[in-house]
Amino acid sequence: MNWRAVKAIYMFEMSRAFRTLLQSIVSPVISTSLYFVVFGTAIGSRINAIDGVSYGAFIVPGLIMLTLLTQSIANASFGIYFPKFTGTIYEVLSAPVSYLEVVLSYVGAAATKSIMLGLIILATASLFVPLHIEHPFFMLLFLVLTAVTFSLFGFIIGIWADGFEKLQLIPLLIVTPLTFLGGSFYSIEMLPPFWQTVSLFNPVVYLVSGFRWSFFGTADVGIGISLGMTLAFLALCMAIVAWIFRTGYRLKT
Amino acid sequence: MQPIISVKDLCKTYSSGFEALKSINLEVRKGEIFALLGPNGAGKTTLIGAICGIVNPTSGQVSVAGHDIKTDYRAARSMIGLVPQELTTNAFETVRADVSFSRGLFGKPANPALIEKILKDLSLWDKRDAKIITLSGGMKRRHMIAKALSHEPDILFLDEPTAGVDVELRRDMWNLVRQMRETGVTIILTTHYIEEAEEMADRIGVINKGEIVLVENKAELMRNLGKKQLTLLLQTPLESIPQALSAYQLELADGGSELVFTYDSRGERTGITALLADLGKAGIRFKDLQTSQSSLEDIFVNLVSDRT
Repeated sequence: MNWRAVKAIYMFEMSRAFRTLLQSIVSPVISTSLYFVVFGTAIGSRINAIDGVSYGAFIVPGLIMLTLLTQSIANASFGIYFPKFTGTIYEVLSAPVSYLEVVLSYVGAAATKSIMLGLIILATASLFVPLHIEHPFFMLLFLVLTAVTFSLFGFIIGIWADGFEKLQLIPLLIVTPLTFLGGSFYSIEMLPPFWQTVSLFNPVVYLVSGFRWSFFGTADVGIGISLGMTLAFLALCMAIVAWIFRTGYRLKT
Repeated sequence: MQPIISVKDLCKTYSSGFEALKSINLEVRKGEIFALLGPNGAGKTTLIGAICGIVNPTSGQVSVAGHDIKTDYRAARSMIGLVPQELTTNAFETVRADVSFSRGLFGKPANPALIEKILKDLSLWDKRDAKIITLSGGMKRRHMIAKALSHEPDILFLDEPTAGVDVELRRDMWNLVRQMRETGVTIILTTHYIEEAEEMADRIGVINKGEIVLVENKAELMRNLGKKQLTLLLQTPLESIPQALSAYQLELADGGSELVFTYDSRGERTGITALLADLGKAGIRFKDLQTSQSSLEDIFVNLVSDRT
């Protein structure tokens, strides 16, 4: 393993985040606060407790997941797309690094950033609602697994995209709807039976549900299924990345 | 001697169907400066890309100091420093941080003293904490060279290093390349400036339409270039070259009205004086004369146009 290269790329990517520290930290704190003001206080005060959890507390895991998904994808896709766009990718391609090392460093950095964001949002949320985390270990596990999985997914999008529009396309057209419909702000039990069934085809449901279980000990779907689906999506992304590097898809002509 | 780079039957066909490389065979010797000369679109950059790992070859083999670039890519690539043609930079990084990044990428431990030396050699030390985006074009070019040198490569690829560079910087670049060669680094440079190849290279390879047309020592080529021709425009056309002049390398041209004498301008005696004296004796008079010299450019243009 060329660990020095992994470290070099990782630090390079992280320094990009630290250069823009203000927008990296301040903007999620502000948007989370807004969600709490709107959903938690204004609307939430008129919604009954769900499974004995107040609505304000109920949306915390969903909010963290929402940011985790979008930020993981945004960070990872931009991280690999930008050097492709400017041409500096030549250096990584010509360096003695394996594909595993490239993925590890880019995806690792993107996941690190979104995990940090998730924790910042958690801290912000705790200012608004009293929070008790039932299963801290599983909470961290879901946090890390989701960040890694969706950073991989973002990495794939970044490689696939050949223009800035495409970079936005999938997050906007697919990921945002899936996240909003994935039970971030409601329990899928609130839906009519037909839409409950439809929701089960949405992978985000399992992420949010598993994450919520780690907070409150109750969830829409069983924790085993949630964990299994998350791991399955992780495996799928890994398989696609492996294929990309084997064929040089959109990286090497 | 074992070549440091050995290319065998290398082909590259792009997905568009364009054949950029057609069965390239090439050997580069350790410690030499090899100039790859060719017109735009000849395949120079694709060839370099294939050797350095940026382009997936369609078929063929490349080995770098005995390491296959596919199966043993780590060993092969860590020996190579690449300065691509395009000025592509991590615009928002600082010069020193970005050069150090390159060293790390190639798996070498941090060495601030070396980075300092490289930046000083390239007159970039004053700009070490400047963002790359603020550098001038020439500085960016030197910055990219610094990146390629940061991991102490044994082989340096310079893809059109002097394209769009002013005369002074070009001289600096040439000096730098010579210094590198003295430390034992093998240098492969592509160019379409013939004077650059003439000035720098030990050997010259000409590539055109994806094929290597010629590989020759520069000295060998220059010997051919040393040939000059003297053309005499005769007052009365000759039917054949008189017996008295058979000792000279003479040819008749333009229906016998021109007498062409080929000689080596570097020889101690060119034979011109003797020829003119003998012409006088033979009673051949001429009304005008001119000399011409074939340049590398002529040879190059001939080679390239032969294939079209």
